[in-house]
Amino acid sequence: MSVLSLLTILLDGLAFGMALFVISVGLTITLGLMRVVNLAHGAFAMIGGYAGSVALANGAGFALAILIAALAAGGAGLAAERLLFRPLYSRGDLPQALMTFGLTFVVIATLTILFGTAIRIMPLPPSLAGLVDIGFRAYPAYRLFLIAAGALLALLLWLVIDRTMFGARLRAAVDNPRMCRAIGIDVDAIFATTFAAGCALAGIGAVLGAQLMPLEPYYALRYLVLFLIVVGIGGTGDFRGSLVASLVLGLIDTVGKYFLPGASSYIFFAAVIGLLLWRPRGLVPGPSQ
Amino acid sequence: MIARAGNWAMRAAPWLAAIAVNWIAPDYMSLAASVLTMGLFALSLDLALGHAGIVTLGHGAFYGVGAYAAGIFAIHVWADPLAGLAAATLVAGLVGAVTGALILDTSGLTLMMLTLAIASMIAEFANSARDLTGGDDGLTGIRPSPVLGLFRFDLWGHTAYLYTLAVVFVWTMIAWRILGSPFGHSLDGVRQNAARMRAIGAPVRMRLIAAYALSAAMAGTAGALGAQATKTVSLASLGVLTSGTVLMVAVLGGMRRRWGAYLGALVYVVGQNFAAEIDPFRWMLVIGLMMIAVVMFFENGLAGLVDLLDRRARPSTGGGK
Repeated sequence: MSVLSLLTILLDGLAFGMALFVISVGLTITLGLMRVVNLAHGAFAMIGGYAGSVALANGAGFALAILIAALAAGGAGLAAERLLFRPLYSRGDLPQALMTFGLTFVVIATLTILFGTAIRIMPLPPSLAGLVDIGFRAYPAYRLFLIAAGALLALLLWLVIDRTMFGARLRAAVDNPRMCRAIGIDVDAIFATTFAAGCALAGIGAVLGAQLMPLEPYYALRYLVLFLIVVGIGGTGDFRGSLVASLVLGLIDTVGKYFLPGASSYIFFAAVIGLLLWRPRGLVPGPSQ
Repeated sequence: MIARAGNWAMRAAPWLAAIAVNWIAPDYMSLAASVLTMGLFALSLDLALGHAGIVTLGHGAFYGVGAYAAGIFAIHVWADPLAGLAAATLVAGLVGAVTGALILDTSGLTLMMLTLAIASMIAEFANSARDLTGGDDGLTGIRPSPVLGLFRFDLWGHTAYLYTLAVVFVWTMIAWRILGSPFGHSLDGVRQNAARMRAIGAPVRMRLIAAYALSAAMAGTAGALGAQATKTVSLASLGVLTSGTVLMVAVLGGMRRRWGAYLGALVYVVGQNFAAEIDPFRWMLVIGLMMIAVVMFFENGLAGLVDLLDRRARPSTGGGK
C-alpha cells in the first residue's frame, strides 16, 4: 500500500462524506437545528430533484436546474410548514414522525403518478463529467465538485447561523420560543423561513448527489436511513455535528470497502450503532437539551 | 352482573365473527389471514410503542427475523408449523432482548436512529447470508407439515386461516392479560413519566427491555405466520417499509385501544388488497393522506372515531369506557 493510494482512499472517503453532507444538509437544518422529526426530508429532496430533472430535460443548464430544484422544494416546504408542521411543533416526536411518514407516501405516490416509475435522468454538464489532473493522478471532476460544494455549504451555514442576526434569532427561537415572542421576535416567520430553506437545500442536495443516489420512486424511503443517521450521529442543535458525522461515516465506509469489501456494510452500521451508543446526544451536541 | 355479561359478549363477538369468516367469505381466506397477522404485528408494536412508549422505527426487523427463523427452521430442522412458530418467537424475542439491552438507555431521536440502524444491519445480514436466507431472491421452499399432524394446509386456505386465528387469539389474550397486570400498568407509568417511576423504585430499564423483548417475540410470531402462509420470505419483510407500515396500521387503528390494532389491520390490508389491483401508487396516496389526517385530526385513530360516533348516537351514556 503506497502513500499515494492511501491518499486516494482518503480523498474518496472525503468525497463520499461530503456527498452525504450535501444530501442531508437540509435535514441538519429541519431536524438538527429546528428539532422537527422530519422523515419527509427525502420527499422534499425528491420534489426538488424531479423539478430539476424536468428543467434539465427541457434544456436548462445545470445551475438553473439547481435553482429550480431549490425553489420547488423550498416552496413545497413553505406550504407544508404552514399547513402540517406548525400544529405539530409542540406535540413531540411520534406525531411528527408519523405525519412526515404519511407525507412521504403522498409525495412518492403523487410524483410517480405524474412521472412514472423510471429513474430520472440527470446528466452532468461536460465540465463535471470528466477527469481532472490533481498532481499524482487523474480524479473525477464530479467528486472534487462535491467536496467543494459541501465545504461551501458548510461555510454558508456557519455564516448565516453563527454570524447573522437572523441566525441568532433562530437559535433563540428554537431554545425558547415563548421568550422570543415576548421580546418581539416573529418566531413563526423565522421557523417558516428556516424550514423552507432546509427543504430548498434538500432539493439542491438531490440534484447534486443524483449521480450517487439516483432519483427514483422510492428515493425518499431508500435513503432516509442514511439522512437520519448523519443527523442522528452529528447531534441535534448544531449543524457542525452533521459535517463531522458525514466525513467520519464517509471515511469509515470508503476505508471499509477498500480493505474488507465483504463486510463493509456491517462495518458501516456497526460504526453507526457504536457512535450512537458512545455519544447518544451526537458527536457535537447542541447547546441545550 | 348484566354489565359484566355484556362486557364479555363485547369481547367475544369479534372473535366469533372472525371464526364465522371461515364460512362467510371462503374466497378470501388468505386475505383474512393477512388481516389477522398484520393485526398481531400491530398489537406487538402497540405494546412497545403505545404502552411502554419506546419510539421505534425498526420494528419490521423482528417481523422479518421471525419470518426467516420460521422458514429456515421449516426447511432445515422440522417442518412442524407449531414448532416453527415457537422457534421464530424465541429467536425474535431473543434478538429483541439483546438489542433492547443495548439501546434502551437512550430515548427520543437517538433511540429512533438506533432502532433504524439495527434494523438496517439485520437486513444487511439477511442480504449477505445468501446460503441461509436466499439473499435478495428471498427464501423459498417452505413446506409446513399438517398442524398437530392432523390438519393439512388446504388449497383454499381454511386450515391456514383457522390456525392463524387460533395463534392470534392466544397471543392477544396473553397481551391483554399482561397489559392489565401490574407490570402492564408500570409500562404505562414509564411512558408517562420515567423519572417518577424511577423515583418510586421501579426498575425502568428492565421493564423496558422486558416489554421490548415481549413485543419482539410477538412480532416474530406474526412474521412466522406470514412466512408459513405465503411459504416464502422476502428481504422486504425486514425493511423500512415494513416498519413504517406497521406504525401506520397501529396508529390508524388507534394505539392503546383494545381492538385498535385489528381495526387498523382490517382497513389497511383490505384496502391495500383492493386498491393494489388498480394501482399501488394510488393506494399509497390514500394511505399517506389517511396517515396525515389521523395525526392531525383523530389522535385516537379509528377506534377513537368509533367511540366518537358511539357517543353521538347515545349522548346519555357518555363518560363510560
